[in-house]
Parts: sequence; C-alpha cells; structure tokens
Amino acid sequence: MFKILKRQMLTPNICKMVVSAPRIAKSALPGQFLIVLANEEGERIPLTISDYDREKGTVTIVTQLIGASSAAIIAKEEGEFFRDVVGPLGNPSAFVKMDEEALKGQRYIFIAGGLGTAPVYPQAKWLHDRGIAVDVIIGARTKDLLIYTEELGSACDNLYLCTDDGSVGFHGVGTACLEDLVNNQGKEYTQAVAIGPMIMMKFATLTCKKLNIPIDVSLNMLMVDGTGMCGACRVTVAGKTRFACVDGPEFNGYDVDFDEAMRRLGQYKAEEAEEKAKYVK
Amino acid sequence: MAERIPRVPVREQDPKVRAHNFEEVCYGYNLEEAMTEASRCLHCKNPRCVTACPVSIKIPEFIAKVKEGDIAGAAAIIGEDSSLPAVCGRVCPQETQCEGSCVLGVKGESVAIGKLERFVADHTFEGETLSPSGVGCASESEVLRSEATNAASAAASESRAMRGMVDAGPRTEGLGTIPLGGAGGYKGTDNGHKVAIIGSGPAGLACASDLAKWGYDVTIFEALHKAGGVLEYGIPEFRLPKEAVLKREINEVKALGVKIETDVIIGRTVTIDSLMDDEGFEAVFVGTGAGLPKFMGIPGENLNGVFSANEFLTRNNLMKAFREDYLTPIHAGKKCCVVGGGNVAMDAARTALRLGADTSIIYRRTEVELPARKEEVHHAKEEGVDFQMLTNPVEIIGDENGWVKALKCIRMELGEPDESGRRSPVPIPGSEFEIPTETVIMALGTAPNPLIVNTTKGLEATRRGGLVADDEGRTTRPGIFAGGDAVTGAATVILAMGAGRKAARAIDEYLKTK
Ligand SMILES: Cc1cc2nc3c(=O)[nH]c(=O)nc-3n(C[C@H](O)[C@H](O)[C@H](O)COP(=O)(O)OP(=O)(O)OC[C@H]3O[C@@H](n4cnc5c(N)ncnc54)[C@H](O)[C@@H]3O)c2cc1C
Ligand code: SF4
Ligand code: FES
Repeated sequence: MFKILKRQMLTPNICKMVVSAPRIAKSALPGQFLIVLANEEGERIPLTISDYDREKGTVTIVTQLIGASSAAIIAKEEGEFFRDVVGPLGNPSAFVKMDEEALKGQRYIFIAGGLGTAPVYPQAKWLHDRGIAVDVIIGARTKDLLIYTEELGSACDNLYLCTDDGSVGFHGVGTACLEDLVNNQGKEYTQAVAIGPMIMMKFATLTCKKLNIPIDVSLNMLMVDGTGMCGACRVTVAGKTRFACVDGPEFNGYDVDFDEAMRRLGQYKAEEAEEKAKYVK
Repeated sequence: MAERIPRVPVREQDPKVRAHNFEEVCYGYNLEEAMTEASRCLHCKNPRCVTACPVSIKIPEFIAKVKEGDIAGAAAIIGEDSSLPAVCGRVCPQETQCEGSCVLGVKGESVAIGKLERFVADHTFEGETLSPSGVGCASESEVLRSEATNAASAAASESRAMRGMVDAGPRTEGLGTIPLGGAGGYKGTDNGHKVAIIGSGPAGLACASDLAKWGYDVTIFEALHKAGGVLEYGIPEFRLPKEAVLKREINEVKALGVKIETDVIIGRTVTIDSLMDDEGFEAVFVGTGAGLPKFMGIPGENLNGVFSANEFLTRNNLMKAFREDYLTPIHAGKKCCVVGGGNVAMDAARTALRLGADTSIIYRRTEVELPARKEEVHHAKEEGVDFQMLTNPVEIIGDENGWVKALKCIRMELGEPDESGRRSPVPIPGSEFEIPTETVIMALGTAPNPLIVNTTKGLEATRRGGLVADDEGRTTRPGIFAGGDAVTGAATVILAMGAGRKAARAIDEYLKTK
C-alpha cells in the first residue's frame, strides 16, 4: 500500500499527487515512469514520474481524468492509499547517461503539451541544475489549463507559454512557437524533447525535421506489466518492433511510426467507453 | 485382482456448461474414489513412476497411505519431495512423467497419480472443501483435523500441523539440513542470515520455504502486484483456482515467516548489488522465469487485435478482466485464432472461448506433436475449440482501420525425418488460404528477461538468455543462485520447483561454509 501524502487539482481535470514510495524515490531518474493500480479491481496505469524526493521518499504523479481507471486514481483523497505503485520503469532520458563534456555544449528545447508538461519538469530541472541550456515551451487550449508554469519557470532559462485561444503567451500551438523561436528569434537548439499527446509529438517531430533538430519523444503506450512481459506496448521504431516499456519510453522521434502508435492506443476504446459509462456519470 | 479395477474416472464440469464459465473444470476425487484408485497400484519394487518423476516423489508409498485412508500420512510423504502438490497434481504433464511410465499403462490405464496427488493436497488442507461435490465430507475433515492438532507441537499453527504432522522438522544430513518439503514443516529457529529470492513463481516459492524452515530470514521480491508467477498470471482459474489453491499455497509459505514484497522490480526498483551491499542479504536466488513473449515476425503483427498470449492471459488472470467488477479491458472478438500448440496456447484458446469467441488453434505440426498436456487438448476439444493442424500463419491481414480481418495461413506436410529422427513440417506450395478472424493470439513460447543480467555484475547468460548455472543452481557469481525457467527457458512447474529446492540446499551449504 502506498500512501497519498498530498493531492491537488491543477485544473478541473488534472490532479497532482505526492505519494510515499521510498524504494522508487531512491532510484527514480528523469524520463522514467510508474505503474499505479488504485484498487484491487483497478487497471495498471502507466504514469510518467513528475518529480521525486529521495530524502522524503516520495514520488509525484500527475493524472488526467480520461476513463474509469484514471477516475479511480483521482478519486483517492489525501491520506488514502493506492493498492500498488511499481517502478521506476523504462530507461531514463538519454541525457542522464551522457558524459558531462558532451552535455556542456547542448541547448535543449522541451515541447510539452497538456498533461505531458508535468514529466518535462524533472528533466528540465535535471539539466538546469547542471548548468545546461534549457528552454521549455508549454501549450494548452487555454490559460486555465496550463500546468506547472511556476515549477518550470525556475527549472529552465526561458519558459514560453502557448495557448490555442491566445488567452496567454504565444497564440497557437507549441510547434508553431518553436518555429517562431528558431526562424524569427534566432534561437538555436541541438536537441528537442517532446512529451504530450501522440498527435502533438508527431507534429513536433515533423517540425523538428524541418528545422533540422534531433528530437526524442516519450511514448505513452497501453501497458500491462511494464517489464517486457506482455508486448501490449509494441511500437514500430526504425522499422523494428520495440516494447515501449523496456526499450523506451523515449525514442528518436524521427524513427517512430506515429500513425501505428496512435491506432494501437485506441485498441480498447470500445471497452473503455463501456466502462466509463458505468463509472463516470 | 487389483489390476482388473478400471481407472476411476474423475468428475468434471459438463463441457457445454464450463465453456461459458471460469470455474475449475475438474472436481477431483472424493475419499472413496481416491481409495479405490489407490488400490489399483501394484507397489512395484522398482517403481518406474518414481524414476520418471522429476523430483522423485515416493509415489507407491504415498499411494499406499491413500489406500489405507491415511491422507495426512500420504501428504507427509509427498511433502518430502514436493512443495506444491495441489498445484502439481493439477498442472504436471503426468502422461509424459509418472503416469506415462506406470507399468499398468503398458496394457491398460496407468494409476491416476496426478489426481491422487491433488486429492491428497486438497484433502489435507485445513479441512477446507474445494468444490461443492469435491473433496471429502465435513466429518472426515473434522476427524483428521483433531488428530493433527493432537500430534502437532503447541507452537505450530493448526494449518501447518495439518500438513506436516507425521515427522516434520529438519533432519541433518552431511553439511546441510534437509527439509521435509513444503506441504508441511515448521519455521526454523532464526539463524540470523538474510536471503533474497527474486520472483515468486514455483522456483522462488520452493526455495523460500525450504530456507525458512532452516531458520533463514527470507524475503521474496516480486515485480507484479501479486505473488505466484505464471501460476498467478498465466494459468487460468479454470485449471488452477487462485483463491482456493494458489493463495493457500502462498499463505503456507508466508506462515513459515517468509516476507513477500510485491511491486519490486529487481534491476529497476533496486539492484541485486544494492540488496547485497546495502540491505544485508548474504545470498540471492534468481527465479525470475521466462516471461518475454515471442512473435513470429510476419507482416501485420502490430495490427489492433493481435496479442501475445502473455498479454491476453495476464489481462484475464492477474487483472481479472473476465469479471464485470474489474476495470481491465480484454478483447477476444467473435472469432479468435491462437497460434501455437503448448499449454499456453490451450489456455489462451480456452480463455478466448469462455469470453465468447469462436476459437481455433493454429499449429504447424500434427496433433501427436502438440506439446500441451494431453488432458488440456482433450478438454479444449470437448469445449468446442477447433484445431487446425499442419497449418502455419504467413501474414495477418488488416482492415482499413488497422484491425485484424483475417489470418493468412499455409498448409504444411511432414517432411523427411532429420538427423534427430523428427519429421519437420514443410509448407505445401500454393496452399495459402485465409481464415477470417477478429483477433490473433501468439502463443509461440517465451524467453528469459535480460533485466537481471544487464543490471548485475558478474552474472552470465547463455545465447538464449538463460542464466548460466550449474545443477545446484550456482551462477557465475558466488552468492547468487538461480533456477527454474530463468535458467532453462520455459519448462514446467515441477522442474522449477525442483530447481528452487536444489538451490536452497546450495545456498544453505554456501552460507554455512562462507
Ligand atoms: C499459460 C501457461 C501455462 C502453463 N501451463 C503449465 C502446465 O500446465 N504445467 C506445467 O508444468 N507448466 C506449465 N507452464 C510453465 C510453468 O508455469 C513455468 O515453467 C513455471 O511457472 C516456471 O516457474 P519459475 O518460478 O521459474 O518462473 P515464473 O513462474 O515465471 O515466475 C517468475 C516470477 O518472477 C517475477 N520476476 C521476473 N523478473 C523479475 C524481477 N526483475 N524482479 C522481481 N520479480 C521478477 C515474475 O513477475 C514472476 O512472478 C505454463 C506456463 C504458462 C505461461
Ligand atoms: S509404476 Fe504404477 S503401479 Fe507401479 S508403483 Fe508406480 S503408480 Fe504404482
Ligand atoms: S507493458 Fe507489457 S511488455 Fe511493455
């Protein structure tokens, strides 16, 4: 059992929770994820780690209300428990393993969409703490749906906000903002990282190709075990089948078959709609 | 004459009914049936059944006890060699092991050794009745229980007393102490040494219970959220009931003082090196199984509706997708093709069938070569699973939305025997055809997970991914032992259990002489 120490709604649909999980907090690194099972009857849900505190033995997760299983996670109150929290899963971000010298000259740009903003935070912080140049673009439909603006503000050199409706910051999507930065504001980046909805990562990759910036994307595939045992998380990368949970979750965006990934994500839509109708009224 | 009595048939759920539920297929013998069946045994001087048993259970001896109605005595005899009799009685391939070698099988039908083993294990357990028409009546259990309580030492729990009443407790042999097996025995006096077991499948459970009986401080680390390994996530409820059988076996292990920490992935959550350096574990047993699914590498395998048997079975068994009140989705479709011919394929097919799919098994050899237990093939057929033998998939065809529409196969024939004398299947040119289907489940075997090898200094693996270990389970690094599917690749419950127990002995020896 894993105790929920703090719970905060960031938007009407997005919930941040700090959970006691000492073993995971001790080994977690940026880019890795967890699997949470809210209750005995729940589903094992993969969630990217949004922060960790080795001393306090806590990890932070951010969940968006989508179906019955995420509803079960969000329904938990402070002081209550998750049945299971497993991790850290997957490989840490590529930069974690790079040697310091190679990192020094890099200029990172993160493109975060919606819920994907939260897992960008530990990555940007990790780089920023080491004095590496980091800019972050975060996008949402409207001002009220932007999350982690404060945290990210102090974890990077420049934070760019984008809204589809122009209610704050750049008027338009994150990829358009990136193009603007590079083409009109003389920004140069050596590496991009996109985390967000699959469709956003697909377009971020197309934009980066155009701008000639290498890009890593974090694939939030359907998962069951998260240890390489089931293959539910299969994706095609550079023409080969890979398991996102053990070979990823981050891959070179240029190599990812996004259309297949999007299709596979929708595999249980019919079943999920049925469950949701039962639980989310 | 004993051999004239025909093999006592075992009561089973009606195939038409059970094709729509997940309750156990086989009800098992009651006391009377078991005693009659036991009376068929000839008590051979050189029992071939024992030679053919991977852990050499003293079969004629335990059967003699059953014949006398001394079920607790029978349990104690089985317990000397097996830690999981209720499981093995249900899932061992008896027809290629004990029963396959029984002399009675030469002319007629072998003794139903598996069913007797299962009966003994079920009947002995705390007088708990398994199925409505199943094991024994209340009064028998009552009698047995009171006897047990009298015989047991005051310190032992009633349940443990039930199982180990005859002569539980370690006896000494050479350097190490030899346990009296899992179906009994007591927690040993604490000897202060900590041992970590990785994986809670049959290998890990068996290793843990022996070590606990000798007084070791044992912790099992399990990656999933429930213990049991394949017994929990792979083998379905209708063959191995989780609450009634598996859970009670695991509770027995816990009753010996073994701690089970679920949700810990060794190599991710914590490494073996850190367990040994920072947490004070002096020896480690790796029983991580062979969990990585294989795919065929044919076009269309990533279409929606194509699953590994591991995914399909895990959703259904571990996550209980078949139950309305559980959230995990599962999709069997109206028509399902399962590729493969082993136990895994049978389990996946019979699960899909129960979820409402018209199901076919696609296998490239003939029925004689099906590696699954005979009983499972027989049950699958009775339930209405269709068998397409000498058939091999070449492509999975999708519709415009990327969902499976059909499985394209080619017919095979058996070619000339190769050096090993085995006739391998070869495709018949031009015989391709399509089976319209909504889902395809790949049950092609599994390989060990490389995570432990990749994250532990000094451990070596073979080309096929199995950990390098000797017969006693010693790996290439002192203090680390391994056994079960993690070493051999996908094999059987009984072999994994046997390997776990051998390694326990090697660990005991290692820590005593260190
Ligand atoms: C569907 C199916 C049906 C089968 N039917 C039969 C049958 O009828 N008869 C028979 O004899 N055999 C059968 N088998 C084979 C049998 O189940 C296995 O041979 C046996 O379970 C192997 O035992 P094990 O302890 O070595 O590994 P497993 O049972 O595989 O257990 C390994 C455990 O280790 C855990 N683990 C793995 N990596 C880590 C890690 N890094 N950290 C922590 N934990 C980890 C896994 O989650 C798992 O729980 C079947 C197998 C399957 C899949
Ligand atoms: S071979 Fe058959 S008859 Fe002989 S001892 Fe074994 S079970 Fe009994
Ligand atoms: S989630 Fe099961 S293999 Fe990746």
